[in-house]
Amino acid sequence: MIAIYLLFILMLSIFVGFELIQKVPATLHTPLMSGANAISGITILGAIVLAGGESGTAASVLGVIGVFFATINVVGGYLVTDRMLAMFKKK
Amino acid sequence: MDTTIFINIVYVAAAALFIYGLKLLGHPSTARKGNLLSASAMLIAIIVTLLDQNIISYGWILVSVLAGSAVGVYVSKKVEMTGMPELVSLFNGVGGLASASVAIAAMLNAQLSTGFAVISVVALIIGAVTFSGSLIAWGKLSERISGKPIVFKQQAFANYSLIAATVLASALYVMYPSSTMLMIVVVLLALSIGVMAVLPIGGADMPVVISLLNSYSGLAACAAGFALENNLLIVAGALVGASGIILTNIMCKAMNRSLVNVLTSGFQEVLSNDIVVEGEIKPISAEDAFYVLEAAQSILVIPGYGMAVAQAQHAMKELQELFEKNDTETVYGIHPVAGRMPGHMNVLLAEADVSYDLLLEMDEVNARMEQFDVAIVIGANDVVNPAARELKGSPIYGMPVINADLAKNVFVIKRSMSSGFAGVDNPLFFKDNTRMVFGDAKEVLNNIVRQFSD
Repeated sequence: MIAIYLLFILMLSIFVGFELIQKVPATLHTPLMSGANAISGITILGAIVLAGGESGTAASVLGVIGVFFATINVVGGYLVTDRMLAMFKKK
Repeated sequence: MDTTIFINIVYVAAAALFIYGLKLLGHPSTARKGNLLSASAMLIAIIVTLLDQNIISYGWILVSVLAGSAVGVYVSKKVEMTGMPELVSLFNGVGGLASASVAIAAMLNAQLSTGFAVISVVALIIGAVTFSGSLIAWGKLSERISGKPIVFKQQAFANYSLIAATVLASALYVMYPSSTMLMIVVVLLALSIGVMAVLPIGGADMPVVISLLNSYSGLAACAAGFALENNLLIVAGALVGASGIILTNIMCKAMNRSLVNVLTSGFQEVLSNDIVVEGEIKPISAEDAFYVLEAAQSILVIPGYGMAVAQAQHAMKELQELFEKNDTETVYGIHPVAGRMPGHMNVLLAEADVSYDLLLEMDEVNARMEQFDVAIVIGANDVVNPAARELKGSPIYGMPVINADLAKNVFVIKRSMSSGFAGVDNPLFFKDNTRMVFGDAKEVLNNIVRQFSD
């Protein structure tokens, strides 16, 4: 049953995603991609729990690796997107 | 209150912030705020996750967060705007790698149900393909690997075998989830798929590949969300997946090709192009070009990848200011696949301080093309090729292009007379109203700037 409930969430998110992103103008497509990069770093949540958990050394090590790479994605992604968006000005 | 419930309530709030942040990305004036909202959603989600009661030690989490942040800050400050396609590619790969390691870590958990094993393997495969594919894309974009399609005999057969082997190994793993050996085989096969899928794709098709890998990095997070039964991973992953798919679709449409065609074009027979375009090339010096530009009422600038290579955007902006002082209307016409990633030209021009309301889309400029006195084509070729409109049988026939040839005068700034990525001659260069300005784009533009100040 939990799988069905997760599928519901997936289905609704995909529709929301399509609706919202279709409205992003072409001029912002590069920041959209780097912003999406940052969001895909959401895996950090899973990685944190696995890194700090007690399911074994191997799992913890992989979790730590996951946290490291996902953090690069999150921090780097948001900062570079902000840097780009700050340049889009109207005069 | 139960911690798990509290964590999930905060996740709901974070999901709402992600969605509202994306909504604000719909306009350049609110986009920065949207990105900030999205970042704060991520921050609260991370903080609240640390309350999870399964976490028994924080030392290594802290170390890896600090190390990852340091790398992230360094990279985001250091990268130049021309290097954005490479950076986005690397970030896609890093995202895939993070999801793949999370999937493996989850799989090492001893009690695997079949459903869990299936979804974990899916997360692992998508993550690994994204990782290796993005590395190859990065290599091609940064010219560490040849940007040309890399092909060999029986490539299609090799790829199909690889996919079949991956499916087989995954099925075996689901049956024997305790076999670490099988898991390693799946990882290696998935990594090879990523490499083999991107190698045969040429540099000019990179906008499609980057968009697709961007989508995969989201889908990998989404699949990991199913494996870990984490709602927020599913929502955020799906948003990224949808974004990548929309961009992929826009890029394919802008090249009038299907996704399958883009992905397999490397190992298809090269289209024999018998159409020979003949005519006279009419070169013009920068000095003579200046007289025409000075007399013009309205000017359209059409940038392409060549502008990025020559770093000519700042010179162009300087010239634009001189045009405006001279009461000449100046706008930019931007083709969706100009450059190496979606929106590449817009970012470069924004960096050079060009106002975003001057950056017009293809349809807008085509609607009023006849009214432009001069269209200046800087380092663009295929996106302004009239063969797409008038030469049936041309490999790019049917592709929507910016109809530069319909402007009153056309100046093409170009290094030499080579043809574009499709290997197609460009009839634009031979039109009566076209003049070729040969040379490095930056030097040519600076030269015209000097004429104005004299």
